[in-house]
Amino acid sequence: MIPAAFDYLAPTSVEEALAALAEGGEDTKVLGGGQSLLPILRMRLNAPERVVDLRRIDELRGIREEGDHLVIGAMTRYSDIVTSPVVRLHAALLAQAVEEVADPQIRHRGTIGGALVHADPAGDVGAPVLALEADLVIRGPGGEHTVPSNEFFVDLFETAVGEGELLTAVRIPKHTGWVSHYEKFVRVKHQWSIVAVAVALQVEAGTIAAARVGLTNMGSTPLRARAVETALQGRPASDVGDACERAAEGTNPPSDLNGDADYRRHLARVLTRRAVTTALGD
Amino acid sequence: MTRVHVTVDGVQYSDDIEPRMLLVHYLREVVGKVGTVIGCDTSNCGACTVHLDGASVKSCNVLAVQADGHEVTTIEGIAVDGELHPMQQAFHEHHALQCGYCTPGMIMQALDLVRENPTPSEEEIRLGLEGNLCRCTGYQNIVKAVAACASTMETSTTARPERSAAR
Amino acid sequence: MTAVDDHPALEIGKARRRKEDQRLLTGRTRWTDNIQLPGMLHLAMVRSPFAHARITSVDTSVATQAPGVIGVFTGSDLDGQGLIANAWPLNEEQKTPDHLPVAVDHVACAGEIVAVVAARSAAAARDAAELVDVDYEELPAVLDAREALTDAVLVHPELGTNRSAFWQLDSAEAGTGGDVEAAITTARAEGILIEREYRQQRLVPAFMEPRSTVVDPTGEQIVMWTATQIPHILRFLIAATTGISEAKVRVIAPDVGGGFGGKLQTTPEEFATLAVARRTGRPCKYTETRSETMVSCHHGRDQWQTLTLAATKDGTVTGLKVDLLADLGAYVAILGGGVPVLGAWMFNAIYKFPAYQFNCQTVLTNKTWVDAYRGAGRPEATYAIERLMDELAAEVGVDPLVIREKNWITHEEFPFTSVAGMTYDSGNYEAATARARELFGYDELRAEQRRRREGGDTVQLGIGVSTFTEMCGLAPSRILGALNYGAGGWEHASIRMLATGKVEVLSGATPHGQGHETAWSQIVADRLGVAFEDIEVLQGDTQIVSRGLDTYGSRSLVIGGEALVKAADRVIEKARHVAAHLLEASADDLRFSAGQFTVAGTDKGISIGDVANAAWRGHNLFDGAEPSLDSDATFDADTFSFPHGTHLCAMEVDTETGATRMRKYVAVDDIGTIINPLIVEGQEHGGILQGVAQALWEEAEFDDSGTLVTGSFVDYTLPTAADTINFVTDNTVTPATTNTLGTKGVGEAGCIASTPAVVNAVVDALRHLGINDIQMPLTPQRVWKAVQSAGTDPGGPSQEAQPHFAEGALNQDPSAGATDGAAQ
Repeated sequence: MIPAAFDYLAPTSVEEALAALAEGGEDTKVLGGGQSLLPILRMRLNAPERVVDLRRIDELRGIREEGDHLVIGAMTRYSDIVTSPVVRLHAALLAQAVEEVADPQIRHRGTIGGALVHADPAGDVGAPVLALEADLVIRGPGGEHTVPSNEFFVDLFETAVGEGELLTAVRIPKHTGWVSHYEKFVRVKHQWSIVAVAVALQVEAGTIAAARVGLTNMGSTPLRARAVETALQGRPASDVGDACERAAEGTNPPSDLNGDADYRRHLARVLTRRAVTTALGD
Repeated sequence: MTRVHVTVDGVQYSDDIEPRMLLVHYLREVVGKVGTVIGCDTSNCGACTVHLDGASVKSCNVLAVQADGHEVTTIEGIAVDGELHPMQQAFHEHHALQCGYCTPGMIMQALDLVRENPTPSEEEIRLGLEGNLCRCTGYQNIVKAVAACASTMETSTTARPERSAAR
Repeated sequence: MTAVDDHPALEIGKARRRKEDQRLLTGRTRWTDNIQLPGMLHLAMVRSPFAHARITSVDTSVATQAPGVIGVFTGSDLDGQGLIANAWPLNEEQKTPDHLPVAVDHVACAGEIVAVVAARSAAAARDAAELVDVDYEELPAVLDAREALTDAVLVHPELGTNRSAFWQLDSAEAGTGGDVEAAITTARAEGILIEREYRQQRLVPAFMEPRSTVVDPTGEQIVMWTATQIPHILRFLIAATTGISEAKVRVIAPDVGGGFGGKLQTTPEEFATLAVARRTGRPCKYTETRSETMVSCHHGRDQWQTLTLAATKDGTVTGLKVDLLADLGAYVAILGGGVPVLGAWMFNAIYKFPAYQFNCQTVLTNKTWVDAYRGAGRPEATYAIERLMDELAAEVGVDPLVIREKNWITHEEFPFTSVAGMTYDSGNYEAATARARELFGYDELRAEQRRRREGGDTVQLGIGVSTFTEMCGLAPSRILGALNYGAGGWEHASIRMLATGKVEVLSGATPHGQGHETAWSQIVADRLGVAFEDIEVLQGDTQIVSRGLDTYGSRSLVIGGEALVKAADRVIEKARHVAAHLLEASADDLRFSAGQFTVAGTDKGISIGDVANAAWRGHNLFDGAEPSLDSDATFDADTFSFPHGTHLCAMEVDTETGATRMRKYVAVDDIGTIINPLIVEGQEHGGILQGVAQALWEEAEFDDSGTLVTGSFVDYTLPTAADTINFVTDNTVTPATTNTLGTKGVGEAGCIASTPAVVNAVVDALRHLGINDIQMPLTPQRVWKAVQSAGTDPGGPSQEAQPHFAEGALNQDPSAGATDGAAQ
């Protein structure tokens, strides 16, 4: 319950933060909202020598529109995403998923960037970010670069954010007018997702013009369910047929106390169908 | 050691603390606000819920240094001049507590819930309390108390410290 | 002739808001962890990561040098650390391993303490604990109770076996009923035989306040504050096992945040804190983390139940045979094997069974030790019989309520001596059931169930019945003696009449959320006719209340409440003589009612408060009078009390995902006289949800190496407000005849009744698919797999649904279920 001792820095700019990371080396941890990191430190599952807290860096916080994109600062809190009218308008799926993260207290503190970099496959932010085909803006000693979401998640708890780098923002193409739903399956409400499905659909003249499906906890990273997307595309919104039966293709879900891999595959299919149905307003 | 300035229940405190100190330990051990309690080590139970700049947080999941320059309200700061806050009164009236260990966190979260949604349905109350565990009451009377309070307390919570612009 | 006193019920039955609430609502509570003493040291425990190991060496040298560390102590450093005792050996032959608070050379489960660090801050203690270097020689561990029976791997090699004790109750032998084997033989030939094996999974009590202990060894007396249900028993066992004089030990249970049986242990942590405080001469505090609670606080349940119910074709039960295998974990805890044995008198429940046999084998394994958890033995028994009665109903093809009515004791038959030899004093199962049925809308829900079934809905509906009874008021001392328990079961109370008219009430029952301050005030207010507000209740401190046997087994009101009545009556008797002197009347002519002594046929009178004041002054008393009205009483019951009730539950089952959702829950409990309906309702709500949680969500699971994998609230899935619904509760009242107040006890009722109600409902929703059991907790995966296997093999027994059945065990064989070969 008491973390091991560490040095603490709270820089006020990204440059200062990058310098603090460079100086600290590999035993440095970045503190965003802290809602994943602090439990790890308390349980002493990790004992960094230095913690770099991003809370004073104003440029990392906030939601703004940039042409066809929404740009969400990495330190933007869940609760601010959930209540943001522009997110509801242009990336409703993200708000729907973030609303399902943990509980209100956690949502008051936790940040989108923290969750993405933590990269827990059972977390609820990865799947919508994948489904919305967001780009992740990363800054490091060598400057800034952007990684598409399908290249961002590398492995369990591992992302494209390298040592000494910071995720600074999430750029989400506006999905204005798309319908969406995040379907989360848990045994008790405060659990991590056993499986969850993020669905965004563009419906034109009664036909599904485009489909994006992200899966939570169906592998070591959040996944795109591309087979379902392909199967849904071009189908009439009133009859998606058995398109959702392909939801588990290419997945490698874990087996644990909440369910084995077979059960998770089954859930992915059922939940995808339900998410699609709900998104379509049926 | 790091110097922090934190306002707790309206009183300003300045202390030198280790950066690793959790806000809940700061409140309990340094400031003496032992009304805020610890029920778990995974931030599931919500017993340690306080308001940070007017919004509920789990104080086991915040470092004290992260509260530097901010305002904290605990269960000990909501009764005014010995008069129970309407939410405390509602918990009393509806027998919404037994052992009382979850109660401080439950009340602080209930206040946050009605701040964000002054007229919650039963389902919204239940969802709003999803981060707070109680082992005694089966939640039934807690839900009842929050509903009763929400319908009677009108603006009394908005008189409490509001979320600062810093958030 | 003595005038007749009366005690109008002005307070009893009233929904008084609780006196306890003010401090709890405002954060002014005294939890043990709040206590700070000058120079106090903080302790951290070094615990074994292995389920079974020999400790080959403990190197404390680095830790001792760490900043802020005052000392690091191993088991062998702590001479006189005491012992963790088993107070209820089932018989003389019971194998009981020694249980040291801090292990010396052998650990038998993960989480056992192997060293204690004392430092100036909690952070320093935790830091240094990581520097203690323990060498273990890992030993093979036995984790499965059935495997443990083979003795291939021994939990405690020195005992030579893992079998701790065997205990039997046989109705033919006891003369309370017939021969169960004969009943089974007959049923096999010409009736119905239901043979099942049910698993009572392991649970974690999960009270909200982690345990904490502070010991102050300075001064003449050692003072221990601790989060316990049993300060008096703890004081006794400290004295009995450490050699410290009992009179030099004061144990205080300040505000305690829940227990549910989990805090009725005398813990290694308490003894270790005591030992280190004595050793260092400084106040010491130990507060566990939740992860430590999960693995080191005793667990509950963990039984394998093999059951044979014999009946005639029409569903009249002719016999019940119960074989229990009870997993004790690594040690025999304070009640230990007594917990499953408490079920011996409850498997026959509310029914008139002519023959009965109960067998219980307790066994040691390399897991966290097991002891009482809300209900303790009775939920397990109730689960088994209520599941079986539903199975019998299905076999006969009648409604589950009909099969119960056919077999239960009717209200005219009380008092009724059961086949287990217990005399039930009062009850009315018909009334409770009728009321529950009405509140539930039974017929409408049955109609909806039919519609969904016929329509092939994805979401099916099931209705579960649980008609239960329990034995409360643990326990008559003579019975405990006969059962070889190490103490009595009485309770003590004192009433002090203060000079200002206020009344202090002392009770040996120690609360941890039950609302004793409020309920005791109501009882004493009526008995003495004083104002509810004028009563202060003092409790939980062995120095203030020197005698007591604490709180567990729904005993506080039934036993402790009666002690209050007796103490109050003694106060009245003392006061009567003082009042008679003051009123210049004969004591025999005084009538006491509502706090006033009046002289028959006159308008002369005096209040008991004024009599107390007169006694305190002592100026004008009769010759030889004692200037005090204060009185003590210790009450020991002749028998138990028997609350009962009917619980009905409707569950929706999503056959596509296996998810279950509670639709409606009605509980009508008969707990005798109700002192405070608000408190009763609260106990029922909380109890019901704990029982529901066993059915649906909770299980303590270990991996193959003996590590608890549900070791935190992340994985041990407690329900939240968002996972449950409002329960409908009501009461019927048949007062107990075994105590003055007519009370029966309510603390465990909900938890005992609700588990089978929920499982019966889920099974009922799926029975048409050929499913007759699913192992608890009913996880969506288990439910889904049951549905899947039923779909592929319609009508057959569901293997997936019953992974708990041992190879070759009863239900593995489809033909073993019912002799007439009816579908299962």
